[in-house]
Amino acid sequence: MQKITREQLIDKASKLLSNGTVSCVLGWKLGDFDYDVTPAVFNTVEELNEGFVFNDFCGANFSKYLVAKTGKVDGKILVFLKPCDTYSFNQLLTEHRFDREKVYAVGIPCEGMADIAKVKAICGEGVLAIGTDGEKMTVATLYSDEPALIDAKDVLAERCENCKSKKHVAYDELLGEEGDVIESNRFDEVAKLEAMSADERFAFWQNELSRCIRCNACRDACPACTCEKCVFDNPTSGVENKSPANSFEEKLFHIIRAYHVAGRCTDCGECSRVCPQNIPLHLLNRKFIKDMNEFYGEYQAGAEVGMRAPLVDYTTEDLEPGEVFDRRDTDA
Amino acid sequence: MQVNEYKPLIVAFCCNWCSYAGADLAGNNRLNYPADVKIIRVPCSCRVNPMFVLRAFQRGADGVIICGCHPGDCHYTSGNYYTRRRMAALFSMLDYLGIEKERTRVEWVSAAEGAKFAATMNDFVETVTALGENKRLEDLRCKK
Repeated sequence: MQKITREQLIDKASKLLSNGTVSCVLGWKLGDFDYDVTPAVFNTVEELNEGFVFNDFCGANFSKYLVAKTGKVDGKILVFLKPCDTYSFNQLLTEHRFDREKVYAVGIPCEGMADIAKVKAICGEGVLAIGTDGEKMTVATLYSDEPALIDAKDVLAERCENCKSKKHVAYDELLGEEGDVIESNRFDEVAKLEAMSADERFAFWQNELSRCIRCNACRDACPACTCEKCVFDNPTSGVENKSPANSFEEKLFHIIRAYHVAGRCTDCGECSRVCPQNIPLHLLNRKFIKDMNEFYGEYQAGAEVGMRAPLVDYTTEDLEPGEVFDRRDTDA
Repeated sequence: MQVNEYKPLIVAFCCNWCSYAGADLAGNNRLNYPADVKIIRVPCSCRVNPMFVLRAFQRGADGVIICGCHPGDCHYTSGNYYTRRRMAALFSMLDYLGIEKERTRVEWVSAAEGAKFAATMNDFVETVTALGENKRLEDLRCKK
């Protein structure tokens, strides 16, 4: 259950639109169901009142949309940023991907977003409507007469269970109170995998990654993936299409995707959220983050504007690639 | 002699200024190293995009070794320091996905180390031969 309401956000956006501070609003619009909320641009107060929504499924990270949008509009864009989105916002500013002057960022508190896959796991398929009732969620489905009452905590998205920060690192205005960086257990899953044998790890990833349908949603949603020409769109690579369903060749796509955002990934978790196959892609990104924290010192991408990412920096005392394994073997 | 003896395909990226000259020296000194090693000359070890390594595996390499100047001796001052970080991250990721860690290696070989070059290649080919064919990283879409 979110502390901030749809009405508060519309009120804020309407004021800024009417007094001319901003010329459009980046917000969430209802899709066919309560849970498939999509990002949308609102130009007028009427549009806001009609289509703007804010609920437990407004997970989309708007930072990336600014890259394309800031070049197209006159005046400022109002963008609502949850704490994790502000890290991506800073990271994109570091990379000079959009003009800060053209953005009016409003930080909004976040109580954690819900994962529809978890809702469906509890309530079954055919979800018709989702409402909130205090700390509980009401879920009406096609196959039950009474709406089911479930605990909002039970359907929290993985990335929100392991939320790393409630602190907004960038904003022009903040709605609600400022939070803090939280101690999270986000690397526990990675550590669990690291402790397995190579064969077990291979089997784990084969199981996960062979489900990939190469829809490229992880790439398209990722705020770190903002190249105008992407290596995966190269028709001569031989790998732009899906590999046969019974093979495990999509691992290369995922290694490359994760590597391309290594050191710049803020761990916002958009990749896993948008994956239609529910592949835990964040585990690849977190591996890189964990490694770089261990090898080169703690680093949180996007914590400040202008930081040097670990992969574009070096010291003369860095560990050798071969030592990576020695280090792990001696730890075990 | 056995006809169907397994011969691995090894790709070695050698930096123009140190390791490639090191390989040359190995040849001048008549030092033996297996012909399974295919050397690709690069201007600097940091020219090796991690995707080159993956691409080599994709198209059927059984092992990839990157050779560069010793840290501190880079012709371009700092190239190999970047290589070191990039490859540490890449190798760790490959290991995380359960790919045999012995298939990848970074070795610093100077132009004066012909003997080290030959010894490194002999050792690497032996290691990869023992592992056998690369099945976990090949990509059938890319193989001719």
